[in-house]
Amino acid sequence: MSAECVLETRGLEKRFGGVVAISSVDFNLKQRELRCLIGPNGAGKSTFFKMLTAQIKPTTGQILFEGVEITKAQPHQVSQLGIGIKNQVPDVFNNLTVRENISVAARSRHGKARAAAIASEVTERLGLTGLVGRLVGELAHGQRQWVELAMVVALEPKLILLDEPAAGMTADETNRTAELIREVNKTAAIVVVEHDMQFIKQIAHTVTVFHQGRVLVEDTMENIQGNELVREIYLGKADDD
Amino acid sequence: MTAACNGTGGIVAAVIIGLALLVVVPLVVDPIFLIELTSYVILAILALSLGLIWGYGGILCFGQSAFFGIGAYAYAIAVINMGDSTIPLILSIVVPALFAALLGYFLFYARITDVYFGVITLTVTLILYKLMGTTSGSAYTIGNAAIGGYNGIPAIPPLNLPGSPTTFLSLDGLFYAAGLTLLAVYVGLRLMLKSRFGQVVVAIRENERRAELLGYDARFYKLAAFTIGGGIAGLAGCLFANWGMFISPDVFGLAQSAQVIIWVIVGGTGTLLGPIVGCFLVQWIATQLGTQQVLNANLVLGTILIGFVLLVPKGITPTVLDLIERTCQRRSYAKPLVEKRSVS
Repeated sequence: MSAECVLETRGLEKRFGGVVAISSVDFNLKQRELRCLIGPNGAGKSTFFKMLTAQIKPTTGQILFEGVEITKAQPHQVSQLGIGIKNQVPDVFNNLTVRENISVAARSRHGKARAAAIASEVTERLGLTGLVGRLVGELAHGQRQWVELAMVVALEPKLILLDEPAAGMTADETNRTAELIREVNKTAAIVVVEHDMQFIKQIAHTVTVFHQGRVLVEDTMENIQGNELVREIYLGKADDD
Repeated sequence: MTAACNGTGGIVAAVIIGLALLVVVPLVVDPIFLIELTSYVILAILALSLGLIWGYGGILCFGQSAFFGIGAYAYAIAVINMGDSTIPLILSIVVPALFAALLGYFLFYARITDVYFGVITLTVTLILYKLMGTTSGSAYTIGNAAIGGYNGIPAIPPLNLPGSPTTFLSLDGLFYAAGLTLLAVYVGLRLMLKSRFGQVVVAIRENERRAELLGYDARFYKLAAFTIGGGIAGLAGCLFANWGMFISPDVFGLAQSAQVIIWVIVGGTGTLLGPIVGCFLVQWIATQLGTQQVLNANLVLGTILIGFVLLVPKGITPTVLDLIERTCQRRSYAKPLVEKRSVS
């Protein structure tokens, strides 16, 4: 693939026993691209993310990050190469303070001084300054999401995967998240899984639709919204709400 | 108050209090009790080793006594052969640490989960118990040291000044040596937990997957913590062999393994002070119960443990620290509560 490409999967497949969660997914992402993944529950989006970050191993197929094959890598190696992920459920260190959470993340790929600078910058950028001494486990759901986002941003990854970053957030918080995503996108490619169509409209150019473990269609947001097939399996249901 | 418990100030305070106790205690307690107390200090080092890997690393090792025993045997066998105790002392740390590294490598890199980890480590110490028990008879000697099966190794030469094999450590001297070692291990662990390594170990305990997704190899960090814990337990074993001048397979037994866990539960996980407090308290109660005939000592100890698990599930130290913190909070309500928890 071209040097432009940051992430590529070839014929990616994952079976859990007889259940095919992901089937022959060929996915391409350019440097600093912002992509949204949508699809009904069980379409395989989270499974796809977990394979990209080596949390689960694909049954067959290949994953390439900046041209390097990472199909058989360990999660920490994938992270060291520059992929950061926010999982669907807030995945944080509950009994550590906000400051400690972010500093552990920043120390992963940087020396002491640089990490401290990144940590304080990220803390301020995400508006967590007032909470640094609090235990993350005591925070509200939305705030915990922010802490996790801060940790991912503090890694300074080249590719960021966000699994439902706006879930459980207020309208105001969602807007701030969208703003943050656009800002971080200046230096990193981002893939976002979301159900909130307003949110996707705010941030996305290209949208990939997953359905029953396969890529159904890949297009701009306007075309996706006009696509009959997509409306039927996904947006149609959303319109009924 | 809470600020004083944290950071460098807390460590300096701990050193001062520790040194003061070392000076004052031998002056006020009677010599017989001082010998008893020396054993508590030595066992507290063992408790600290489990406090590190369980309380901070989240690794429930049910066989911490294995490293304790290996350290004791390594020291005994080496010192009988060498005379001078300097190298045996080093071996008593290195041999169990290497054993922990080897065992830990297979367990952590195979991603053995918590419960199985506990079962396997318990099995390992029980295997060592049986194994050492079969070593009676003249066939089982290493150099001049007869291992002696269930009879153990008697008359183990005590520690001497490095390079001067005739200047032995007296029983009083052992109290100071053990006390200083306990203090050094405590301070060393406090500093380690403040470092990047320590922070990562705690982060892995909190959420292993998240730590890995941040780029830390959890297997490596757990293995490193486990190895350090093994070395510390071995050092305690060496001192224990000095204290009784005798070592037998009982150090690998089920009672010994369970005892370490009880100390940590009673004292409280997640602190370094807890395991020390727990060890002193439980051992002291056990000694006191041994002096009376009315109640069965084990029955009373068992009742105390059940009481603790039900009524003080966090253990003594975290509960007391919480109480102090709440009192401080009430007094200085205006002050923002930064650095809420203390690493004690």
